[in-house]
Amino acid sequence: MYDSVKDILKDLPRFHNELLELNEILLANLIMIGEIPAPTFEEEQRIEFLKNRFAESGLLSTSSDETGNALGILHGEKGDRNILVVAHTDTVFPATVDHTLSIQIDRVTGPSVGDNSLGCAVLATLPKIIEALKLPIYSNLIFMGSSRSLGRGNLEGLRFFLSNFKDPIVAGLCIEGVELGRLSYTSLGMLRGEITCQVPEAYDWTRFGAVGAIVTLNEVINKILEIPLPRRPRTTIVLGAIHGGTSFNTIATHASLRFEIRSEAEGMAKNIGVEIEDIVASVSSHTGAEIKVEKIAERRPGGIPFNHPLAKNARAILNELNIKPRISPSTSELSAFIDKNIPALTVGITNGEHLNEQNEAVKIEPISIGIAQLLGLLLIIDRGFNGEH
Amino acid sequence: MGNINKWLKTNTFHHSSFSDVASIVEEKQKQKLKVSLCIPTLNEEATIGKEIIILKSELMNLQPLLDEIVVIDSGSEDNTTEIAASFGADVYLSKDILPELGEKKGKGENLWKAIYQLEGDIIVYIDADIKNIHPRFVYGLVAPLIFNPTIKYVKAFYDRPLAFSQGIRPSGGGRVTEILIRPLFSLFFPELTAIIQPLSGEYAVRREVLEKIPFPIGYGVETSHLIDVFSLYGLEAFAQTDLDKRVHRNQDTRSLGKMAFRILQTFLFRMGRVGIIDKIPKMTNILRQFQAHDNYFEEVLFEINEEERPPMLKVPQYRKKRKLPQRKKSTEK
Repeated sequence: MYDSVKDILKDLPRFHNELLELNEILLANLIMIGEIPAPTFEEEQRIEFLKNRFAESGLLSTSSDETGNALGILHGEKGDRNILVVAHTDTVFPATVDHTLSIQIDRVTGPSVGDNSLGCAVLATLPKIIEALKLPIYSNLIFMGSSRSLGRGNLEGLRFFLSNFKDPIVAGLCIEGVELGRLSYTSLGMLRGEITCQVPEAYDWTRFGAVGAIVTLNEVINKILEIPLPRRPRTTIVLGAIHGGTSFNTIATHASLRFEIRSEAEGMAKNIGVEIEDIVASVSSHTGAEIKVEKIAERRPGGIPFNHPLAKNARAILNELNIKPRISPSTSELSAFIDKNIPALTVGITNGEHLNEQNEAVKIEPISIGIAQLLGLLLIIDRGFNGEH
Repeated sequence: MGNINKWLKTNTFHHSSFSDVASIVEEKQKQKLKVSLCIPTLNEEATIGKEIIILKSELMNLQPLLDEIVVIDSGSEDNTTEIAASFGADVYLSKDILPELGEKKGKGENLWKAIYQLEGDIIVYIDADIKNIHPRFVYGLVAPLIFNPTIKYVKAFYDRPLAFSQGIRPSGGGRVTEILIRPLFSLFFPELTAIIQPLSGEYAVRREVLEKIPFPIGYGVETSHLIDVFSLYGLEAFAQTDLDKRVHRNQDTRSLGKMAFRILQTFLFRMGRVGIIDKIPKMTNILRQFQAHDNYFEEVLFEINEEERPPMLKVPQYRKKRKLPQRKKSTEK
């Protein structure tokens, strides 16, 4: 059984059919997980739920570590290699948002349902799926709901595990709820930061240029937009969020800007980061405002090449399931694997809409295709068809 | 009433005591019991799919506590029945069950027809509008029946304080319960005041009880059940389980008024049937409410004397002041 990639591809339709039977368990897990709020650094309840599910499915060593990851191990028939399957548990929504999910015939709707409650639900159900489909797995599968992944979390949970787990990991699979067909095996170089501009309360408003924090921050933004960016390697600066001021008629004493620099080139994001620091120092010196740049997260670019067997076989699986692969670099969990030189892939499970909005929704029907894809990839890595041998 | 406090200690549970569902299933199988879930619906498309998915997956597929999940619909105009069927519930239109007996609109009608349609020795009823559905809503109600043969009727209540600095906090039901039911029960059926939320729509009952009692077709059904089961078996037949928090739609005051009206109709009808409507007994002046003391519940008694004053015209001092002729003594009664 499964002596070649072809054998695995041939079995994908069976996976898909049998997975339809398991949809109820998956959707029940999705609802139960999705209704537990889990803003970054406050994922404990989700982690607890995942650990319970792992234990109920018979995984061994179910535990959480000191950064709060949920872990469980399914020992393989040979058990000589370790594959890490990970889904991030944190979401962008604060606990104060109503996390009620609603389910219709074709979709599930509610905050964080796609990013990444569905990924967590797949992770929670995967041991049962492997058991129900009677898949002979040789390697140890380490299931991990990772904590502190997004924003200021900066992949802390996954990085901690990869730095402290004693045995080698041969490959990583990162599960994201959406979008089915997405395939990421490279990471962009990235630098994420926040600029804060503070004008002292006792500011002398009579002096020339006394315009407050917003206008000063605007000057910083204008100068950032003047930074020349190369078309190749592709590089962008995203200005993601801006906050400042309190009312119509009070000059703002505080303003902040969140930004992210992304680039395919090694060192490029870092160099632009230095330029932004220079801009901030210059504006600060002539306005008298206190302006600071805080670096929040950083990734270096890397990954496996297009023709790497893992990448090639991943595309073959999607083609076999009639899904058009959408290959794009990622700045998510993948980067932590890349930093440790571990080949890894990020895959999506289904189609969704309104991502990261309160009416976020995922389609139910494609989920079984997304999981069939995941099982195919697991088997490819498990049997060493990912270029190790 | 010592009886109430004793009952509160022995027959009031918290769902967490029954979280080992496997052991409930084992005992259920040993007793060869069948358990059916009935969800009465009318335009509940927002929540019905979720209830069925969670309960079917957790309590049929993973742990076979439920033998069937049945939706009995009063004629929804939205997608309630389609959604329920697509997620694997058996769906019936209320009018198609016992059609020769005619069709009446109301939740109680669906609950009554469930006894005919469903197979279970135990029937669990849950409302379809629970937003935070969880398996505890079923196992928390079924478990006391399975583990204790003397219990026949298990009612849900919901009590989850977020934070309380002192050990004691008020507990009880919603507006209609506290304003209408509890005062009525305090006056006429004081033992029934022990049921902390008499109007909750979630309960599990043995078939042998359900088939013996009449069913008002509307909102009066819960109140009538309590009075009838109490009359047949006494307080010992009841238990209640704290299911923590229930999130659902809030009803506006006008709807609550209609609910109260139906409940009063049912209540007074029963008073008539037990022969006390024409000869109202000497009324007690004790109102029974509840408080939770850390983890246990206790009743709080309030002595309320609603005394009456006579019309001012009957007060001699008043007549004197207003220079009115004094009434003869015999007419002042």
